Amino acid sequence: MSAVRSLEPWRWLGVPMLQVLGVTVLFGIPIQVWGLHLPEPVFPMAAVFAWAVIRPSILAPLAIVIMGLFLDIFWGGPVGLWALCLLTAYGIVLGGRSMLAGQGRVALWAWYAVVTAVAMAVGFLVVGVKSKAFPGLVATGWQYLATIVLYPFAQRLIDMFDDADVRFR
Amino acid sequence: MSLRDSPLGELKVPLTWTAAIALIVAVVAVIAILVSDRRETFRSQAYGATRGVADQVLIPVGDALSAPGRWTGAGIDTVKGYFFAISENQRLKVELKEMRQWRDVALALRNENGRYRTLLGLKTDPPIPMVAARVVLDSRGPFASTRLANAGTEKGIKVGNPVMSETGLVGRIVGVTDGASRVLLTTDTASKIPVMIDRTNARAILTGDGGPNPKLEYLRGQDPVKEGDRVMTSGDGGVMPRGLPVGTAVKGLDGRWRVVLAADKSPIDFVRVLLFEDFTQLVNERQLEEKHVPPPTEGAETVGVVPVAATPAAGAPKPGAAAVTPGAAKPAAAAGPTATTTTTTAKAKPAAGEAMAAKSASTPSAKPKSGTSAAKTPDKTDAKAATTKTTTAKTTTTKTAGIKTTATKPDATKPAAKPKPKPKPPTDDASAEPPH
Repeated sequence: MSAVRSLEPWRWLGVPMLQVLGVTVLFGIPIQVWGLHLPEPVFPMAAVFAWAVIRPSILAPLAIVIMGLFLDIFWGGPVGLWALCLLTAYGIVLGGRSMLAGQGRVALWAWYAVVTAVAMAVGFLVVGVKSKAFPGLVATGWQYLATIVLYPFAQRLIDMFDDADVRFR
Repeated sequence: MSLRDSPLGELKVPLTWTAAIALIVAVVAVIAILVSDRRETFRSQAYGATRGVADQVLIPVGDALSAPGRWTGAGIDTVKGYFFAISENQRLKVELKEMRQWRDVALALRNENGRYRTLLGLKTDPPIPMVAARVVLDSRGPFASTRLANAGTEKGIKVGNPVMSETGLVGRIVGVTDGASRVLLTTDTASKIPVMIDRTNARAILTGDGGPNPKLEYLRGQDPVKEGDRVMTSGDGGVMPRGLPVGTAVKGLDGRWRVVLAADKSPIDFVRVLLFEDFTQLVNERQLEEKHVPPPTEGAETVGVVPVAATPAAGAPKPGAAAVTPGAAKPAAAAGPTATTTTTTAKAKPAAGEAMAAKSASTPSAKPKSGTSAAKTPDKTDAKAATTKTTTAKTTTTKTAGIKTTATKPDATKPAAKPKPKPKPPTDDASAEPPH
């Protein structure tokens, strides 16, 4: 048994990426329950927030671009839109890692909500400029609410991998 | 040699900095991709091979994932049909009784409309063929509202085709590949559809904003719309056919007029794609862009377009004149050697001697739904109607640009039967009589 317990990228990057993309596809099924559609949260946002909190990585931006491009192609939006939004969120969290260190669950949730708001504001502006018509604030707000309630999944990822590699202690 | 023994083993790269550099590179690449994206255009190439392949892959995935939902829905419908059969039967009987009355009204109106059309000589749109498709994936976010349907190019679907549910307009096709097509919903921010208010005939642009009720923008006139007014496509611009039901007008919470979509009243599993081709798809853009300037006619006044030669040489057809009025090529062959001809016959194919000249000319009359060309050159049906009414050659005398010319309109049924050895060049018929 090796004395050094290392964390392979596929465990903390690859597997969560596949999971959030799978759930996204699942929520893309055209089902109506009592006349209501399924919500459409941005599942990758939880993974992006957790990755930036867990540790800086060269591979994480690449994984984020892949996830963002998948979202754009899957949802039929402008290609590059969600990749840019997710990278924005990742960049903000990466820049504020020192402030996030040691924070409690509620504080991290608040950070997650702020970062998600900034990312969606970027998407709002980009879509407005590209389509020459801004998206509705109500529709954007619903997706925002559906996304920020996903924070427990981000917290779970953080708890699993934040201290999983002794080399980063 | 292990990594620790290597001279590079002691090299410590700051992890945050490398991650930041990777982030910046990724952002630049993504912005470049985003700027080059053209998803809402009518160009089929803009959709891209990547999206096409992804859609082809997603179709079976979505089909399999949505199957349990479909089965569940069908099962619930069966159970409901079993328990509510009597009440539904009564409801349908009442509805049938009402529909029979409407059927009688519709038949009377159809007959009346037919008479009016005959009297006015109106040219109505041909029936639009449709293709049914099942929606297998659906996105409803504020930044993109699209659906993926399991029918594509193999069924003749093209970019721009309107898509309807059984109750109203759903959107239009923005990407199509073999076995899959992407529908841009009317609620998407990139969707802008010319609509009209049924009651007042007022025009507006239906603009999506990611929400369930798109906005009515650019409304004109005083009180053009009231709560509950029916909204339908206007057909302006030729992108959509006129008269497709869109929904009903409501005043939004933000004070703007919005539309409750009729398509929301029906299930979203099946859609109908109308294989509608607008004017821009029918015409040959390259031919339209070609400019043919006729050479000046010797001895004629050259103010403006002088298309008619006073006494053209029998054996010297002018290519310039043929380029101006390609539709007259065939009648020209039937005309006598001393008479010039007009361009009033629809779909007139050039005679053998003038085929090349007619091909080089712009020929918008070759297709039925072109706006101005349709008015000048009616389609085959109209041509037949004109033929039955004018069974003999009709000669009219016109005067264009100070030159007196004789315009002969030959029998549309006999132009090819009388080939002349020396075809005459066709002339412009700006002042010629329309067919009666």
